[in-house]
Amino acid sequence: MISRVEVHRGRYHDSVRLMQASKALQEVPGVTDALVAMATELNLSLLADMEFDMDEVAGIGPNDLLLAIRAETEEAIEAAHRALDEALTPKVVPSGGLDGPDPKTIGTAARLNGANVALLSVPGEHAFVEAMEALQDGLHVMIFSDNVPIEQEITLKEYGVSRDLLVMGPDCGTTIVNGLGLGFANAVQPGPVSMVGASGTGIQEMCALLDDAGVGVKHALGTGSHDLSEDVGASSTLQALEALDADPETELIVVISKPPAAAVADKVRRVASECATPVVITFMGETTLEEGAGEVLDALGKPRPDYGSWEAPEREHRPGSVRGLFSGGTLRSEARHVAMPYLGPIGTREEDEGHTFIDYGDDEYTQGRAHPMIDQTVRVERLAATAHDETVGVVLMDVVLGYGSNANPAAELAPIVRRVVDSGVAVVVSLCGTRGDPQGRDAQATALNEAGASVYLSNAAAAREAVRLATTRSSS
Amino acid sequence: MSDLSQFLDNEPVVATAGTDMLAVSIEQQGSTVSRADWRPPAAGTEDALNVLFSDDRMRDANEVAVGRMLAVRPHLADVKVARDVITGMTDRTFLHAGPPLEWDRASGPMKGAIIGAMLYEGLADDPDDAAARAARGEIELSPCHHHDAVGPMAGVTSPSMPVAVVEDAAGDGVSYSTLNEGLGKVLRYGAFAPEVIDRLRWMDAVLGPVLKAVLASTGPIDLQSLIAQALQMGDDGHNRNRAVTSLFLREIAGALIDGADASVENRRAVFDFINGNDHFMLNLVMAAGKLGSMAASGVPSSSLVTVMARNGTDFGVRLSGTGDRWFIAPAPPVDGLYLGSFTEEDASPDIGDSTITETVGLGGFAMGAAPAIVGFVGGTAAGAVRRTLAMYEITMTEHPMYQVPMLEFRGTPVGIDASRIVRTGVLPQINTGVAGKVPGTGMVGAGLVEAPMECFTQGITALAEVSR
Repeated sequence: MISRVEVHRGRYHDSVRLMQASKALQEVPGVTDALVAMATELNLSLLADMEFDMDEVAGIGPNDLLLAIRAETEEAIEAAHRALDEALTPKVVPSGGLDGPDPKTIGTAARLNGANVALLSVPGEHAFVEAMEALQDGLHVMIFSDNVPIEQEITLKEYGVSRDLLVMGPDCGTTIVNGLGLGFANAVQPGPVSMVGASGTGIQEMCALLDDAGVGVKHALGTGSHDLSEDVGASSTLQALEALDADPETELIVVISKPPAAAVADKVRRVASECATPVVITFMGETTLEEGAGEVLDALGKPRPDYGSWEAPEREHRPGSVRGLFSGGTLRSEARHVAMPYLGPIGTREEDEGHTFIDYGDDEYTQGRAHPMIDQTVRVERLAATAHDETVGVVLMDVVLGYGSNANPAAELAPIVRRVVDSGVAVVVSLCGTRGDPQGRDAQATALNEAGASVYLSNAAAAREAVRLATTRSSS
Repeated sequence: MSDLSQFLDNEPVVATAGTDMLAVSIEQQGSTVSRADWRPPAAGTEDALNVLFSDDRMRDANEVAVGRMLAVRPHLADVKVARDVITGMTDRTFLHAGPPLEWDRASGPMKGAIIGAMLYEGLADDPDDAAARAARGEIELSPCHHHDAVGPMAGVTSPSMPVAVVEDAAGDGVSYSTLNEGLGKVLRYGAFAPEVIDRLRWMDAVLGPVLKAVLASTGPIDLQSLIAQALQMGDDGHNRNRAVTSLFLREIAGALIDGADASVENRRAVFDFINGNDHFMLNLVMAAGKLGSMAASGVPSSSLVTVMARNGTDFGVRLSGTGDRWFIAPAPPVDGLYLGSFTEEDASPDIGDSTITETVGLGGFAMGAAPAIVGFVGGTAAGAVRRTLAMYEITMTEHPMYQVPMLEFRGTPVGIDASRIVRTGVLPQINTGVAGKVPGTGMVGAGLVEAPMECFTQGITALAEVSR
């Protein structure tokens, strides 16, 4: 039997609380006697009655806390200490009108629910402090915000790597972890494929294509649009690649990026080649997402499908150039990559002549408003304008579904599509979405199709259709 | 297993700051999310914050600084005469509350208290003479905080006054404060009528020596333990000190009866004086706080607020990582309740070192423990608790000994972090008394005040400069 007497000078708790603590201690297995009390005369005599060593308590008084434990083992004594700490420092969150003000920093918010990932969309110039605080608190961080200085991105990512924490972003639109989407993300079925993507819409399109082919997704880790730049050197991409390679449920990894810096692309390829898990690399400018999805399906031994399409009846449309109205930067890049060999130069700015593919998600068009995946005002306006623009013969536009996106984009677009089609312009829609998306993928497709648009699940297929229409004029 | 692998093994638990849409979309998926009601930091602090958050230095330094603050064990050890113990105290030195101040810029109550102290010291014939001498620079004004001391309201401490000596049982710090005179017409509120001076003389002739003898008999008295108990009896340690004063009387009662070499009349007078002054312990709570503040000072890179103090003209703040520098803004008016026919028209701007209580997790930060004074915060006990809850946002930890019963005995918010103040816009909430602005008036009310943001933006900017 081990007896232990301790004195904590000047530590005060009221007697009722201490009686509860004594009771908690006595219930610890292996503890035979326990007393926690302020060292009053009464309690000291109690201690003597319990036959504890009184030498320890010489000279202590009623403002000092007394702890006496008798137990069978040293382990039981330790367990009693833990029980005491628990009894005297309760972490009950009060309720009943006693809630405090809302948390005002990411650190405080995360402590409330024990978060392990911070999702930040504060203005870019303020993102660094919140991100750093989250990392210091041991959280992984997704920075949706853009316009974070590159030095800050580098600092955050170096810090993250040093703590084994993943920094997704800045300018990270999409991440999915075990089916939970952060940012703009599609509802995916669980499956063998995981992604690392420096492009949000790239990830979304890959999810949509694989979903249509019946292949599910485990994780999709966004790394931010600057991750494969020379300066950042694919810091988060390599970190995510390594983590996914170690993930037992990931059978195949897809790396997706807008055109990366050449040296960085080589580095990613080298690391990918060392992974135990097969890796499909889809760098825009070299290939298409549709081709990337095809390689994934090949690797999984699945046939490449004809991706879903809802074609409009063939009709005469007026001659003119293709006007691309995009909300996803990567979808714009892919479409341009597909179309350029056939259409020649394609401008990327509104003031350009001839064929133009514009990314309305670019900063230039989002000043003071939400992203066009949410707020379609600007695109609806530009779409409507094509009805009166005799230089335009074909409109190619994306509609991105999923969590975070506009709740019913077709409802806003369909009447305008109808008007534009009636004016003699052909409209082709690239619909990026999965069957599980909250907007209802097929209902959205049908609504747009009934308004006169041809709708394709594959963005590359939509681009090919736009090319066909522009180069054949009327194709009856 | 690595942190990142573990992250990939479960559904993420998400906290958000920024667009609500992103939080909503997580909820749409059937998950939950904790949202920060984020707002931009105080204007002009962005660069400084970026510097301070660029590595772990500030965070590590804050842990050290607040650890030191909480490690002190303040004990009331003795009562001595100011000139004998306070470093740098000459026969012409008059300590005052708050940051440094010149006579010309002093507020009414500060001038009144200096006049009263000069009359008490016999350095002037009458109030006008005292004012003239002070204006000519015949006395030296110096902040209490520059001498390891604190004083409530005007905080005027002159060489002959008896001061409490508070020692750290866990270290070697020593701090000082005057003894509390009571409420109403008293020196610290700027009153200097003959009754005020007579009381001061009685305090140095009777109160000081009797307490000294009592302490010699009892030995050092653990102030932190008394304060911790008092918080569970309705004190906040700043505007309410009734419980801690009662506890103190219990501590000394035996020695006062037979342990002090004094006449029965004097012992009785000391008992009546303390018993009749619910704020007797305020000064000792403050000195205990000063000890923690001193221990936490001078940790490089720390954004811990070690001092908040007002002199009736300026509000001054010091941070651990910026040493002895003061960051100063005009003292704000107090949002108060007024005695008798006094109104806010009669009030002087905020004054006193008693904000040291807030810097160590008491006062406004412990408001939730003090339902008896909820009149200051809109009249509901829940409002008082919410006030305390709001302070956790800007503090580093919870006090291991000072607890709030209404919050399931959660420790009070302690360790004010200036970086969190400028990030969140949440200002330290201070409970305080209000002095009359005309010299000689005394106390006119009590209420609440917020520390000015400007002090903290300056502090954070300076801290970033030295951390670059």
